[in-house]
Amino acid sequence: MKLRYLIALAALTLTPAAQAVEPSEMLPDATLEARAREVSKALRCVQCQNETIDESNAEIAHDMRVLVRKRIVAGDSNQQVIDYMYSRYGDYVLLKPRFAANTIALWCAPLLLLIGGAFVLRQRLRDRPTAAPAPLSAEETAALAALDQTERRA
Amino acid sequence: MTDAPTSPEAPSPARKRWPYFVPLIVIAAMFGIFGKRLLDVERGADPRLIPTVLLDTQVPAFELEGLPGRSDPRGLAATDLKGDVTLVNVWGSWCIACVQEHPTLLQIAKENKVAIHGIDWRDTPDRGLAWLKQRGDPYARVAQDPHGEAAIAFGVTAAPESFLVDKNGVIRFKQVGPITPEVWRDQIAPLIEQLRK
Repeated sequence: MKLRYLIALAALTLTPAAQAVEPSEMLPDATLEARAREVSKALRCVQCQNETIDESNAEIAHDMRVLVRKRIVAGDSNQQVIDYMYSRYGDYVLLKPRFAANTIALWCAPLLLLIGGAFVLRQRLRDRPTAAPAPLSAEETAALAALDQTERRA
Repeated sequence: MTDAPTSPEAPSPARKRWPYFVPLIVIAAMFGIFGKRLLDVERGADPRLIPTVLLDTQVPAFELEGLPGRSDPRGLAATDLKGDVTLVNVWGSWCIACVQEHPTLLQIAKENKVAIHGIDWRDTPDRGLAWLKQRGDPYARVAQDPHGEAAIAFGVTAAPESFLVDKNGVIRFKQVGPITPEVWRDQIAPLIEQLRK
């Protein structure tokens, strides 16, 4: 019974992410193929709105995958392949945008929001009225003392 | 826990109220930015358009074979794009928008103002040739790019795309989608005149 659950769980969690790489595209060398997959996952299909070339079935994605492999086989490093695609298609082709003048807002916005949030929070905490609780009345003191007594006797 | 009004809290002006407006301003700004983009798209801006990074750069190095059986079976290389202004048109027999563009290209060829070179992208020579036979051939040279390597080097995302290359082999203009008679008349033809000077 337990095994059945395990298998079901494995089926749900171990399914590979969608991919479009066709067997005919793959490189015989497993290391190079792994590198090609890694590069392909960093490149965005230029005909689709938000797919990597690794996932896309578009024809141009196929061509780009083949070219990625060709360049890797020719001795390019992963970064060189990505740089080549970047030189052809610009920022659009990168799924992880570079840090440049036109992407500063993109990269810095989360940090600025965090700092802004911390600032607002600090202001609010500081401005909160910190009125000390009113001192106990005579009756309350007496009641407390009585309670204390009962507690000790028990 | 209720706040007992122990001390009468005067609304102190020192308590800043402006931070409360910050979210409102931020959201209003976002609405503005997204709204403008939506309106642009509504008015015909293409959300898939990728601004080219190749403008004012040298044409990429490429060397492609021609279509065997064509009257001029020569291929096309980057070196052929020097000496005079040329128009490089990326098309394919499978490309529907190219059918729409074709009469304009034929007209341009007839006016004989600029040499048009075709890159037959992701196609077979047979199909490309048959297509040209059926619809007319406006090209000076036609090269085949069956695996799209030249197209990628040109940063092409979809056919048709055209590049106006000056006499030094520098890309001066890119048209994504069909060249319409208006684009030719208003943008490309004047630019050719200017580049020839």
